[in-house]
Amino acid sequence: MAGNKTCEPFWWALFSAGGVVAAFLVPIHIVLVGFAVPLGWISDTGVLYQHWWVKAYLFVLISLPLYHWAHRFYFALNDMGLKPIRKPLAVFCYGGAVVGTFATIWILLRV
Amino acid sequence: MSDEKVTLKVTRYRPGLDVVPTMQSYTVPYRSDWVVLDALNYIKDQVDGTLSYRWSCRMGVCGSCGMMVNNVPMLTCAAFLRDYYPGEIRVEPLVNFPVIRDLVIDMSDFMTKLKSVKPWMIRDSEKPVSEGEYLQTPEQLDAYQQFTQCINCMLCYSACPVYGLEPEFLGPAAIALGYRYNMDSRDQGNKERESVIGGHDGVWQCTFIGECTEVCPKHVDPAAAIQRSKVNSTKEWFTSLLLPWGQR
Amino acid sequence: MISPGPDKSKLYYPTMPATWWLRRRSYFLFMVRELSSVFIAIFLIVFLVQIYQLSEGQQSYTAFIQKLGSPGWITFHVVALFFAIYHTLTWFQSSSVVLQIKIGRQEIPRPVVMGIHIGAWIVASAVILVLFILLRS
Repeated sequence: MAGNKTCEPFWWALFSAGGVVAAFLVPIHIVLVGFAVPLGWISDTGVLYQHWWVKAYLFVLISLPLYHWAHRFYFALNDMGLKPIRKPLAVFCYGGAVVGTFATIWILLRV
Repeated sequence: MSDEKVTLKVTRYRPGLDVVPTMQSYTVPYRSDWVVLDALNYIKDQVDGTLSYRWSCRMGVCGSCGMMVNNVPMLTCAAFLRDYYPGEIRVEPLVNFPVIRDLVIDMSDFMTKLKSVKPWMIRDSEKPVSEGEYLQTPEQLDAYQQFTQCINCMLCYSACPVYGLEPEFLGPAAIALGYRYNMDSRDQGNKERESVIGGHDGVWQCTFIGECTEVCPKHVDPAAAIQRSKVNSTKEWFTSLLLPWGQR
Repeated sequence: MISPGPDKSKLYYPTMPATWWLRRRSYFLFMVRELSSVFIAIFLIVFLVQIYQLSEGQQSYTAFIQKLGSPGWITFHVVALFFAIYHTLTWFQSSSVVLQIKIGRQEIPRPVVMGIHIGAWIVASAVILVLFILLRS
């Protein structure tokens, strides 16, 4: 089946993977980063984030849900009446996720 | 015989005469066993013969009498007056469709889309009669049976905001019926349907709001059909990308 | 013989307002679900910025963590946590529709599939929590 092959499945696959990661892992990390450490319940010097295997985990945790956001936010904005500017919106959303991915890699390598 | 009455507010639209639809009030007898369709038939027979609407079997199998009842897409033969009485009942044409007259909508878009998913058995070669019937196990029947129940009533299209926003969207019923054939073990037409079902205006417009399944009077669960079609289309997309040999 | 169909010039074409999602509870909750992804994304950026502080030195890192203890940031994280859990539960609900797990001809009921997801989520969260406490130094 040649012809106009849509690349929707690619973005949807990333959206799904990001959704799964966000669903299982984000709540507990919000508890740790947003409450447990700042309020002193658990101390944290950040040394943990310097191990390579933790960095690999963090890469998955941070970058995949960005694609989840991009796909969902793009469709939500379209559905709320911004369809006329959907091309700039696509660049902002999916492009934003890609930029976020590179920023994540860059930061994790620096640390 | 009690003397109770109920008020119906019904959409009137006369093509060529009206620019926009208006609402007309009718008072009909209240009977606890009447449905909205009975009330409409009473209006047509006894009060105002000019009111136009579709109906047929009056028992929930033909799919003709779909309308908005108090803003919810329903089969009017399944909407009991007693669930609304004594409040007034708004009867409007199914939303997201052009209105031909009063409560009658133009369904040609749906018919085109339905045809585009090729809702019939597609085979590379027919089995000759001498070889006997196609056999199916109960498990093979389970895979698609629920999706055969669609009566093309189009309530799901009214419930779907995406269809309202994107008129090109294939829509719940068409996708569910395409899925019904794709999941039928006797069918070999997945590839032929893929460009439509897996195309930009196919499953990918759906954002899984889920209202289509909520309003379906036959429990087809089109939302499930669409999401599973997304998974299948994605698998097919990655497979054909990574393993391009074996393509037709 | 195919009938010619309605006169298209006389059809009434209804329009859909941009506020369609405020008109029904189910549509509104759908939009809440979609917008939960925004809070998740913002939180992850905040987390990423915190990790970045490590490359600027221990003092930067500690200072950033102290800032997160301010009432404004705590409020943000309360809101973000609410949306994250809403995402989790609605995601599991969606998953239970897509996934068909069969034992013979019996399909595992959707509430059970959802329960299994929630159980796995609690276990995963506990594992992360324990690992963080044990390995942070």
